[in-house]
Formats: sequence, structure tokens, C-alpha cells
Amino acid sequence: MEFTIFILALPLLSFLVLALAGMKMPHKVAGTIGTVSLAAVAVLSYTAAALYFGGGRGADGLFPTLTPYNFVWLPLTDNLHIDMGIMLDPISVMMLIVISTVSLMVHIYSFGYMKGEKGFQRYYAFLSLFTFSMLGLVVATNIFQMYVFWELVGVSSYLLIGFYYTKKAAIAASKKAFIVTRFADLFFLVGILFYGYYAGTFSFTPDAMLLASAGAVIPVALGLMFIGGAGKSAMFPLHIWLPDAMEGPTPVSALIHAATMVVAGVYLVARMFPLFIGYAPEVLHIVAYIGAFTALYAAVVACAQTDIKRVLAFSTISQIAFMMVALGVCTSDDPHDGGLGYMASMFHLFTHAMFKGLLFLGAGSIIHAVHSNERDHMGGLRKYMPVTHITFLIACLAIAGIPPFSGFFSKDEILTACYDYSLVMGVFMSGVAALTAFYMFRLYYLIFWGNSYYESQLAQYKKGRLTEKPHAPHEAPFAMLLPLIILAVVSTLAGFIPFGEFVSSNGHAYTIHLDTAVAVSSIILAVSAIAVATAMYAKARSRVVLTVKVQGRKFLIAAYHRFYMDELWLFVTKKIIFRGISRPIAWFDKHVIDGTMDLLGKGAQRLSYSIRRLQSGNIQSYSIYFLHGVMILALILIFLV
Amino acid sequence: MIPAEYYLVLAALMFFIGVFGFFTRRNLLAMLISTELILNAIDINFAVFNAYYYPEHLEGFFFTLFAIGIAAAETAVAIAIILNVYRNLRTIRLKSIKNLKF
Amino acid sequence: MNILNLFILLPLAMLLALWAARNLRQIRSVMVVGSSLLLALSIYLTIDFISQRSAGADAPFLYAASWTWYAPLNICYSIGVDGISVAMILLSAIIVFTGTFASWRLQPLTKEFFLWYVLLSLGVFGFFISTDMFAMFMFYETALIPMYLLIGVWGSGKKEYSAMKLTLMLMGGSAFLLMGILGIYFGSGATTMNILEIAEMGNIPVNIQYIFFPLTFLGFGVLGALFPFHTWSPDGHASAPTSVSMLHAGVLMKLGGYGCFRIAMYLLPQAANDLAWIFIILTTISVVYGALSAISQTDLKYINAYSSVSHCGLVLFALLMMTRTSCTGAILQMLSHGLMTALFFALIGMIYGRTHTRDIRELSGLMKIMPFLSVGYIIAGLANLGLPGFSGFIAEMTIFVGSFEQPDLFHRCVTIIACTSIVITAVYILRVVGKILYGVCKNEHHLALTDATWDERFTVICLIACVAGLGILPMWVSNLIDGGVGNIFSIIYP
Repeated sequence: MEFTIFILALPLLSFLVLALAGMKMPHKVAGTIGTVSLAAVAVLSYTAAALYFGGGRGADGLFPTLTPYNFVWLPLTDNLHIDMGIMLDPISVMMLIVISTVSLMVHIYSFGYMKGEKGFQRYYAFLSLFTFSMLGLVVATNIFQMYVFWELVGVSSYLLIGFYYTKKAAIAASKKAFIVTRFADLFFLVGILFYGYYAGTFSFTPDAMLLASAGAVIPVALGLMFIGGAGKSAMFPLHIWLPDAMEGPTPVSALIHAATMVVAGVYLVARMFPLFIGYAPEVLHIVAYIGAFTALYAAVVACAQTDIKRVLAFSTISQIAFMMVALGVCTSDDPHDGGLGYMASMFHLFTHAMFKGLLFLGAGSIIHAVHSNERDHMGGLRKYMPVTHITFLIACLAIAGIPPFSGFFSKDEILTACYDYSLVMGVFMSGVAALTAFYMFRLYYLIFWGNSYYESQLAQYKKGRLTEKPHAPHEAPFAMLLPLIILAVVSTLAGFIPFGEFVSSNGHAYTIHLDTAVAVSSIILAVSAIAVATAMYAKARSRVVLTVKVQGRKFLIAAYHRFYMDELWLFVTKKIIFRGISRPIAWFDKHVIDGTMDLLGKGAQRLSYSIRRLQSGNIQSYSIYFLHGVMILALILIFLV
Repeated sequence: MIPAEYYLVLAALMFFIGVFGFFTRRNLLAMLISTELILNAIDINFAVFNAYYYPEHLEGFFFTLFAIGIAAAETAVAIAIILNVYRNLRTIRLKSIKNLKF
Repeated sequence: MNILNLFILLPLAMLLALWAARNLRQIRSVMVVGSSLLLALSIYLTIDFISQRSAGADAPFLYAASWTWYAPLNICYSIGVDGISVAMILLSAIIVFTGTFASWRLQPLTKEFFLWYVLLSLGVFGFFISTDMFAMFMFYETALIPMYLLIGVWGSGKKEYSAMKLTLMLMGGSAFLLMGILGIYFGSGATTMNILEIAEMGNIPVNIQYIFFPLTFLGFGVLGALFPFHTWSPDGHASAPTSVSMLHAGVLMKLGGYGCFRIAMYLLPQAANDLAWIFIILTTISVVYGALSAISQTDLKYINAYSSVSHCGLVLFALLMMTRTSCTGAILQMLSHGLMTALFFALIGMIYGRTHTRDIRELSGLMKIMPFLSVGYIIAGLANLGLPGFSGFIAEMTIFVGSFEQPDLFHRCVTIIACTSIVITAVYILRVVGKILYGVCKNEHHLALTDATWDERFTVICLIACVAGLGILPMWVSNLIDGGVGNIFSIIYP
């Protein structure tokens, strides 16, 4: 498997080429370099996956963990050192497929979407950088390598969110994304430090004896690491950066903020899963509760958003929370007995990456057509954009959990795992799943059904009320449609992958079987939620919507404002940290500490001013002092000696 | 023979008159004269001590002669300075000479 | 001929040549040739040192030599280098070299400027190669005095005030330092000024150590911007011309950390061990406090100066953690901070040279106007906030992992507090980047400005290459430093 080094080397190389020489290249060349290298990466990843899973299980019934490369990058203490390398095991190979597929789709898609944008080469350079870092993250051989690439992923996300760097909102969003995740990374780092000290290694397979003797520190360390993961994966209350991150170009949102980077936290927890199960199951359950709350919160907020990308962002938060919940409800590492969630979570990660990527790319195609993110500027688009419409519908059905689309299978496993854990958790998550179906179809109807904004504008224009003729929405170019179609096919079929054969909590093969009760009940719930959405939004201005709007006005406004979490964040940063801490410290420094130093200087100056009067230049007063001195000396001589 | 104490009292009187004059007069010439008084008082002391207590030695008289010689030179220099001060500042009043003050 | 002497002789020769130089062309060629030779020499020294070490030369100091200077007080001109000083010499040579290009177009009195500049670097090199306390002190003073003139004459803003403040505070520090050195000399029996010999004797009574450790540490700590003696740094940096800021933050502040380690902690280990907690508290304050006050500054140089306070605080913090890894991390941090800050100050100087303002409220949208400088600034910023792939990350991680080797509660707490600086750093860096580089340019005069000239590009690229090189391939320099730290630790904790 030595060739896997090229999976990392190619995007890095393409980043370096594009970053150093990209500005002098024509757009097409730069885009081609990025896309071709990504296509090669995708081919290599598929080959690696085929070879890895095709290589069969070892004698112990597990897929072997391969480390084709691992070298010491930075020695620290006697037993701690940061290694760099490549590790292949079922989940990292699965992630390789996810990342290279979505990334390739986004590269192709961007040809159409970013056409003619200034900074096209820069865009592709950053995409390559991101892909490199994300791939490096998933194949990490140790927790510190993961942290290294974790930071790189964060910075490429920062650069891409701030791609439109003249837009004020984009600048603020990129800054916020970086700082919030950095804040979470602080906990991650401290967790790693604890882990490294007590486990005596940064690798994922520490010495069990050492861990056992460390006592309560390991759960704390794992909990801290989870906070890091929660920052990247936008768990409440660290989710605030993700909706704003939608200021970036839409393909970037699809790649980074829907399919790959935001699931890094889930991946982290999955990566540390043996330790969580072995030493800190209670922390894992806290993860589940945080996840469950986030899922509900994000789903509710998603129902009240008007910007279609924001809806998708909150939907992402909610779905990632599903994955977290699935991991959190595990009680053992046996998939037949309480460990199902692990497999379910990874499965959902896989399918979600596909259909959420599709949703975002579809949204991008819509935004490309109508030049706006607001749902008020859409409506009735199904006539104008048939391909986008169909693919979007497929994605909506997948996320809503309608068989036979992929989301149904993965979500069903998650719900089964939740019911295994406790009835309350199961019912709760089923409810959130129904809510998911509702807001996704609300979005779908608002975009593709109802009154067409374009037509109403056109009517206005014909009546002479508008001076400019509105642009008719148009179907996206082929470069954008191709990824949509591919992803739609994948989203439809991915559910039939025997996922448990490849990934499971203890590594042994697990055959997925549907729990009839859970499956039927969740289908019923999803269908009824869709029915409600249809009743409310399929036709413009239905009476139900109006009643709901009047009855729940306050709640809707609160939900629209995301329950004021961002205001809280602004309050903490602007008022408390900036005005309350930083300003006073700067003042203190300038006036108190520096003032003391200046005072010393001034004091010395004062003193010298006060004694300079003695040098009056008056020889007579000098001689009087002199005489006094002589007399005192004489007296001393006479009386004391 | 006149007792030595008479001379010494005279010298002490002259010395303190000189010191008093030096401290209180505000005129450079008067201060110079006061300095002369001080020097002469000391000369008298040297001479008296030599003559009365160590008649077989002559160091006291030598010192007196030296002092007179130095005093003459000093007076010459001082008067030159005073003249220059007067030329530059048109005064020899001490109060108005401040250029060397802080 | 000992190669180390060249680090003294070459600047001396440069001084003579500068003195004889008749026009700008000659001055520039003297500077370029001289500083390139110094750089080449230091690279040669590094390579030769590493190969000698790997060939098995395990003396604490290589290239050691000694000439008696003043016998009655046992003052010698003793030289020798270990891994730490080699790294510092390399850093100084890089900064001196790039600083030359950063002051390529400096006016007026170019010749005099470079004379003082070279004298300063002479002091710095002398300090790093000396192993005799007195010689070290002398070179230390040699490096300090030119700073006064360099800032006072060629500076900007309230330069006289800043120069005076800087000089007085550092001189105050060296007064403490002199006491400390004399205390060590007499405490060890007044037989030698040589650091290695004193350390090997290890005979300074503990109560004397208790008196002189704080003095020595404070003396060097002032130069290392130890809270609350750091206030010379913001004003000094803000007023200094570009290359002086570079040299000052990049190298001179490192003299503080180096001295703290080499003299205070090495020669007075018992007191260092017992009294470290006081200074750990001070340095922890430095780290967080510097970063927090950087957030609300509006002058680019002030932001960077406070950032230096924070990062140099981390150097002293790591030294006081007293584990081998953290001390290695401290030296790495000196190296990394030296390069990063030099890069930052160079860029700020270039931006200031064009816009004539450093107030972030008046700058915006520079990315469109001077893309090269802006990209350089972003890279410098990312390096400063500890992005992997740049030197800052290596240094900080080594420090934090090393600090975690101290398992008691106090050390744990201060380490975690110090860790928070990585978040605060991100806040002030991104704030500046967002304000001055992004957005739309509001000042129409700025629209006509040009991007970097060749000498500026050269400076920036050199420094970025160093920062990234150190960050991507940290192993060799980490091993180099670790060897030196190991030798010191084998004497402190035998």
C-alpha cells in the first residue's frame, strides 16, 4: 500500500504549484491542475479501498491495520514524539473514499460555479490545501498528527470562507469560524497533553496498564478531546460559526461545511472509540446528550430560516448531531449488544456526506441561477431547472429517511441504536428525524413550488413597474450538473452497501438487518412530516402557515434569530473580552505599569532638580558651606578624637 | 616684649574680619580685599609662631614670604578676571554675575 | 585560528570598511558582503558542529578556546559553542542578513546607521560565543548601547522618549545583572569567570544563590520582556526603524532568555529550582497579559510588540518549567519567535513606508493594492498564531508537552493558562488581518501605492523560507538544541 503516499502528495503538490505559480496561469489551466490531481487522488483512494477491503480479513476476523509510512517528525520527551505517517484501517479508508469523492465532485462543479471569478486560481489552491489536510487528518497514525492536520483543516476553512475578502460578512464569518474552532482546539490540545502524559504515547493504541493506573484523568482527557471535536463538528454551543461559514462559495460549503471537515469531530470520537468505551463510557453518554440536544435545537432553528444555505447549515448541524448521538449511545464494542451505534454513525457519515454534498451543490446551482440565497427570490423553479429539481428531491428524500434512498438505512440504524440505549432517547431522536423531514420539504417546496418570483417580477416588468427585465432562471452548465447527477445516483444507491461488513465497532463483520418496528414507525413519521410540509408549503400562502405564523410568532422570531446564540457570542467577545478585559488591561499597562516606570524616571529627574539649587554659582554660599564643614570637622576632631 | 597672644588676637580679628567681609560684601573688589586680609592674618600667625616658639628655624618666615608672593600673583589674576568681568558685564556686583549658575 | 573569532573579527572588519566607505554603493556592498559572509559562516558553523557532534565530540562546548585578559580578576576571553548558541548564532546571522536588505533604502546618514548596526551585531555575536561571564556582560553592553542611537536618531514618533526609556530600563537590568555576576564570581570562590568551570564546581552556597538568582534572572528578564518590566518594548519597537525592530525583537530580546538559562539557571540551579514559582507566575502573567493587551492596540507595531511580550514570556515560562523538553522548547521558541517577529516587523515597516500610518483604523483593503506584502503578512500571522507547518507550532507544542512533564497541580494550572494564549493570539492576528488586508480600501491615496520592491521581496521570502523550513523539518534543529540542553541538565540534575 506504499502508493497511498501519493494520496497525500498530489494535493499538496497541486497546492504548492497553484499557490506559487497559479496567479500567472489562465483559469482553465489552474482548474485543470487541481481537478486532475484530485481525480488521481480519487482513483488512488478507490484502489486503496479495493485492495484494502479486497485483501480480506486476517485470521482474527479483523481487517488488518496497515501503516505503510510512519516516521518520527519531532521528538519531544523520552517516550513522546510526534509522528507523521499513514494509517489504513476500515474507517480511515472509508473516509478516504468520502473525501476524495466529494472533493472531486466539488472540483468539477467549481469549474462551472466559479467561472470567471477573480481569484479562481487561489480558490483551487485552497481547495487542494484543504483536501491535503483533510486526507492527512483521516490517515493520521497518532493523535498529534491528527491535531496538526486538524489545525491545517481549520486554516484552509478560514481561507475559503474568507474567499470573497472584500465582503464584510465573509471576513467576519471567517474570523469567527477560526476563532471558535481554535477555542475548541485549545481543549483538544489540553486533552492531548493529558493523554500523552498519562498514556505515555500519542498513538491510538496505548498501553492498557498505564491507562488503568491513570484513573480519572483519562476520562477527563477524552472529554476535553471531545470538546475539540465538538468545535469542529459544530455541537451546541460551539455551533455558532457554521451557519456564518455559509458566506464562503457554495461548493466550499458543500465540501468543507457539510461533507468532510465538520464530520472530523465525529471521526475523532470514532477514532478514540475503543478508549471511550473502555475507560470513559460515561463521557460517551454525555456526548450523546449534547448531540441529542444539538440535533433538536438545530432542527427547530432550521424550520425558521429563510436563507436556503442557512437551512442546510442547520440541517448539517442536526445530522452531525445524529452521528454523535449514535456514537454516544454505545454501551459496548459489540455491535450485537450495544455497539451498533458506531457502525450506524459511520454509515450515516458516509451517506450524509453524499446527500448533503448533493443538497449544497444543488443549492449552489439554484443560487447560481437566481443570484440570491433568500427563499423569497425563489419559488416555482422546477420548470426552469429540471435536473437540479430532481436531484434535489432525491437528496431531500434521502435525508428525510424515505426508502430506498440511502439516508433511510443509516438513519434507521441510528434510531435502532437509540432505542437500544433507552426508549426516551429513541423517541426523542425519532421526533427530531420527523422534524428533519419536515424542514427539508419545507425548503424543497419553497424553492421549487409555489409562486415563481421570476414570473411575478416579469409581470411587474410588463406592467411597467420595473425598469429592468428580470433574468430568467436557467439550468446550470454541464460541469455543475455532472456532479449533481453522480451524487444523486450515489445517494440513491449507497444505502444498499453492506456497510457493516466493512466497518463495525469491534471490527468483526456485522450484517445490517432492519428492525421492522423502528423502520415502519420512522417511515410513517417521515411520510406524515412530509405530508404536513406539503399541506403547508406546496401552495403559496396556505392558511395553515398563516395560522402558525400568528400563533407562534415569538417562537418563530426567536428561532429565526437562532435563539440569540450569536448575540450571546457577540456579547461575550465584544463586551466582555474586548471591552471588559482587553481594554482595561491595555489601560492598566499604559498607565499603571508604564506609569510606574515613568514615575521612577520623573522622580529621579525631580530629585536632581531639587538638589541642583545647591550649585548656585555664588562663591560666597559655597564658602559658607565650606566653613561650616571645616567647623564641624574641627569640632569632631576636638571632641570625638 | 609684647606677648605673642596680642599678635594672635590681632591675627584672629583680621582673619574673621576678612571672612566676614568675604561672605557679606557683594562687590568683587571688596571680596578680594577681604581675601587679602585673611591671607595677611595667616602670614602674621606664621611669623609670630616662628619668631616666638621656634626661633632657631626659619620655615614660618619662608611660608610667609611664599604666601605674600602667591597672594600677589593671585591678586594680579583676580584683578585681571574682575577687569574682564567688568568689561563684559559692565558691573562687578556679584548678584548680576550668573552665567555660570545652573 | 578559531572559527568563532571570525564572528568578532568580521564585524570589526566591516566597521573599518564602512568607516572608509565613500558612497552609498560602497556602504551597501560592504554590508551585503559582510552579512552574507556572516550568514555563510554561521551555516558552516552549524553544519560543522552537527557533524562533529555526530562524529562523537561530546565536550559541552566545542571550538572552546581561552585567552587571559585580565589575570588579577580571572577575566578571560573564553569562547565556545554548544547546540543552543549555534542555533542562536544562526538566528542572528539570518536576521542581520535580512535586516541589511530591510534597511536598503534607509535615509539619512546611512553610513552612521550601519556603523551602529554592525556594532550591535558584534555585541550579539560576541555574547553568544562567549563562555566567560565578564566577556558576556561586556558584549551584552556593547549590544545595548547602539540601540539608543539607532532608535533616537533614525526612529519615528516620540523616538527620544522611547530610546531613553529603553536604554534606561535595560541599563537598570544590567545593573542587577552585574551584581548577580559578581555574586556568582565571589560566591564560587573568586577563582574563575568561566561559566563551565563554575557550573562544574557547583560550590555556590545556597543562601548566596537565593540572593543572586533573582538579581541575575531579573537582569536578563528585563531584556526578555518579563512582566512587569516589559514596557520598554512596545514604545521601543514602535519608534525603532524597521531593521532595528527586527534585530531587537529578533535577536536582542533573545539575549535575555539565553542569559537566564545560561547564567541564572545554569550556575544557580538550587535557587532556580526553589524560586522558580515566583517567576513562573510572572511569566504566566506575561504570556496571557501580553496577548490580551495586544487585542485592543491600534498601532501595528504595538500589537506586534505586545505579541512579543507574550511570546518571549513563553520562552521564560518554558525555561522555568525546568524539564529538558520544555527548555528545548524555549530555545526553539526563541528561534522561531526571532524569525517570525523579524518577518512581521519587516512587513510592518514596508507597509508603513508606503502608507505612512500604522493605525489599523486607517488601513483597509491592502490585499488588492499590495498583494505580495499582504500575503506575506497573512503567512506571518498564521505562523505567529502557531499554525502547523511553521516554526511557532513546533516551539509551542514542545513547550506545552515539556511543561506537562511536571505533574503537580501548580505547574498544570499555569501550563493550561499559558495554553490559552494560542486562542488569544488567533484573535488579535485575525483582527488585524481582517481590518487592514481584507475589505475595500477606503483611503484613495492608498490606491496608488505599489507592491514590494526586489529587496523587500528578498527579505520577506528569506524569512518565510526560514520560518516554514523550521516548521516543516524541525527534527535537526530540535536535536541540535536538545543536545545543548541535555549537557546543561546533566550538570544541574546530575
